[in-house]
Amino acid sequence: MNFVWAFLVGGAICVIGQLLIDLTKLTPARILVTYVVAGVVLSALGWYDPLAEFAGAGATVPLIGFGHLLAQGVMDSVAESGLLGALTGGFTAAAGGVTASLTAGFLAALLGQSRDQN
Amino acid sequence: MQKKGDTIRFAQPPGIVSYAAVGGKKEAEGPLADAFDLLVTDSRCGEKTWEKAESDFARYGLETALKKARLQPDALDAVFAGDLQCQCTASAYTMRGFDVPYLGLYGACSTMAEGLALASCLVAGGMMRHAAAMSSSHFCAAERQFRTPLDYGGKRTPTAQWTVTGAGCAIVSPDGGPPYVRGVTFGRVRDYEITDINNMGAAMAPAACETILRYFEDTSEAPEAFDAIYTGDLGLVGSKLLLQLLEQAGLPLQNHKDCGLIVYDRETQNVQAGGSGAGCSAAVLCCHVLPALRAGQLKRVLFLSTGALMSQTTFLQGESIPGIAHLVELSATLPEQNEKAARQTDAAAQAAGSPKRQKHAAGRPGAAAEPGPRPQKQPGKEGAAQ
Repeated sequence: MNFVWAFLVGGAICVIGQLLIDLTKLTPARILVTYVVAGVVLSALGWYDPLAEFAGAGATVPLIGFGHLLAQGVMDSVAESGLLGALTGGFTAAAGGVTASLTAGFLAALLGQSRDQN
Repeated sequence: MQKKGDTIRFAQPPGIVSYAAVGGKKEAEGPLADAFDLLVTDSRCGEKTWEKAESDFARYGLETALKKARLQPDALDAVFAGDLQCQCTASAYTMRGFDVPYLGLYGACSTMAEGLALASCLVAGGMMRHAAAMSSSHFCAAERQFRTPLDYGGKRTPTAQWTVTGAGCAIVSPDGGPPYVRGVTFGRVRDYEITDINNMGAAMAPAACETILRYFEDTSEAPEAFDAIYTGDLGLVGSKLLLQLLEQAGLPLQNHKDCGLIVYDRETQNVQAGGSGAGCSAAVLCCHVLPALRAGQLKRVLFLSTGALMSQTTFLQGESIPGIAHLVELSATLPEQNEKAARQTDAAAQAAGSPKRQKHAAGRPGAAAEPGPRPQKQPGKEGAAQ
């Protein structure tokens, strides 16, 4: 049942993104940024945590989950080490994801080549 | 030469001696593949960058046109050329290899008609013997300059158009032809506040409408007198819009065709709203329109190239996209009424005794003083001309 809910919730989040691409003039880059910021806001309001509990990876893997992770990191860090945590918490929590994407980007640039889109 | 409004019509229409079109891989898969003079399926042309590849496409175009006209480069009095790259570099870098006067034009996708019109004016005015008009574009160079990097995985919107990878080149001379350049109308900038860089057909349609209306107003011609009225690269969206605008203006067109819809098969080639780019109208003109005029399959056509005149900077600053369209009137035969008009001018000049007019009249085709006579037309052909 966990898998079903993860699939449905994750799928629904992606459907919203697809509709934004198809029905609005928002560029993909703007939609990505909107998703991250929405994740931060929803998480700060305390609304995203229950969804993440319920749907697991279905809610944490899409980009909104990254915003959620940043917000949670900041909140945890502020609770632990005071206001300075607002500056360090986000990236501490997201270190794994950020480093993985940097490494993947570097490898892709090293191995790949810009090509015609035919 | 006669100027009325924005339209210039030539008493002695210059001819197009030769023309050449070069295309890339996508063009080679399209419906016009057989018509191109040269197809290069390696989009890089063996070069390191797309920009260099585009210069190669332009060079192939100019070289092929020269070869077909049996001319050496030094026979050219000028090359009018342009492309979409920043500061027009594809053309300028091409011209490093030709020791010929070069005039760089930036009219975006309207460059081919702009160059052909300017070349025709200077040739018709007797200032030049041979002048070339050339224009090129490259999908990869244009995409990353104006939109997003090629590696970026964004989805293309349905109104987006596919930049043609290719070039077209035409050489104009007083002795050439058919086809003949009968007249030109230089366009005016029109801006209908379109800000979507993926909907340039809509940005250019009002400019095309403006130029078409001005041409018909200036010349008192009727659209039915033409086999076809070609626009450069309005695509599906812009073409619909143009027809709507013209209908509102009281000039419904039945014979409109768009080069952007001819160069690719929209059903199978995944090009969204059609082809675009400075090379689009140039290549279609040189591999489709001009050969049909030379073969007599088309008698008279209007050819417009349409350009969207934004830069990547103005786009990012949220500015709207101004459009422009230049028009060239082409025909397969020399017009009978031209001869008539010349005779009238002749008679008027003799009556007035003006030496200037007599001199002008002496230069018309068939006059004894004509130094380089143009090829004699068959009398029957002359009679059939408009």
